[in-house]
Amino acid sequence: MKIALTDFDKAFENRIRLQIMSVLVANESYDFNSLKELLAVTDGNLASHLKALEKEEYIIMTKSFLGRKPNTSYRASAKGITAFKKHLEALEKLIKQQKG
Amino acid sequence: MEDKDLYDEINSIKKIMERSTKFISLSGLSGILAGVYALVGAGLTYNILPPFAITRYSNVEVDRNSSVGLFYGSAYKYNYIEILFFIASAVLILSIGTGIWLTARKAARNGQTVWNQSSRALLKNGILPLLAGGAFILILLSNGYYHIVAPACLIFYGLALTAASQYTYGDVKWLGITEIILGLLAMLLPGFGLLFWALGFGVMHILYGSIMYFKYDRENSAD
Repeated sequence: MKIALTDFDKAFENRIRLQIMSVLVANESYDFNSLKELLAVTDGNLASHLKALEKEEYIIMTKSFLGRKPNTSYRASAKGITAFKKHLEALEKLIKQQKG
Repeated sequence: MEDKDLYDEINSIKKIMERSTKFISLSGLSGILAGVYALVGAGLTYNILPPFAITRYSNVEVDRNSSVGLFYGSAYKYNYIEILFFIASAVLILSIGTGIWLTARKAARNGQTVWNQSSRALLKNGILPLLAGGAFILILLSNGYYHIVAPACLIFYGLALTAASQYTYGDVKWLGITEIILGLLAMLLPGFGLLFWALGFGVMHILYGSIMYFKYDRENSAD
């Protein structure tokens, strides 16, 4: 139990942050509004979680313009993908331990 | 961490990953209806036109003074193509309309919008084979190669489906592959274009639409 728990990433403790990371690992990039809709969260909530992940350098933000509308999109960094995989492995280990 | 929490966590990851990459609001029911429209269209075509006129005889030069010529003369031929074009357009417009309507309805039930990242990806990938196929078929029509129109419809539609399928249910890929095979068979057996067209756009849509309806639509409406 102890070993597995040390592998858990603090950044992914929050369910929404983990979900954001799942989306960004599965897709090349994802924009703010699509993320908001997919996860069914409020603007402020999503923004704060994105900021937290950005601070960890797990995700990279790109701002661009679609015509006149500003468009903010995010993608997972190499560091973020590694951290996400490690976190999943830790979850897997925990499950195996509980079964065994 | 509790047992249940752990499974919830993993399930939520799985679900989100799938929902973010795949457009899951595609309606199976709309596939069934598109198949019905196609069968009605094919039935009308078969009854209005002399048997297999479009595929077998329409670009064969016939002596206009003979009685056969009356039937397959150029004046007549032009009308057939117009009627056919009208039927095909009606089937297409009805199918697309129903598809958009039912898919939007299903998306609303799922709490999703129709126009999202995955549906955009779906269209972006499917549109190129469709446009290429559409242009190709128009060129075939204008050059009088009527017998290759049905196989070309099936093959390009199949290619569009397989290209778009990675952004939606896996069943769509199998439908695409089936359409391509039917298109190739139609090419092998000239004269049966309409039959293969009815099989591909009618029967297969109903078949795969039903599979998707029972697999995904019902499950979702029960939620």
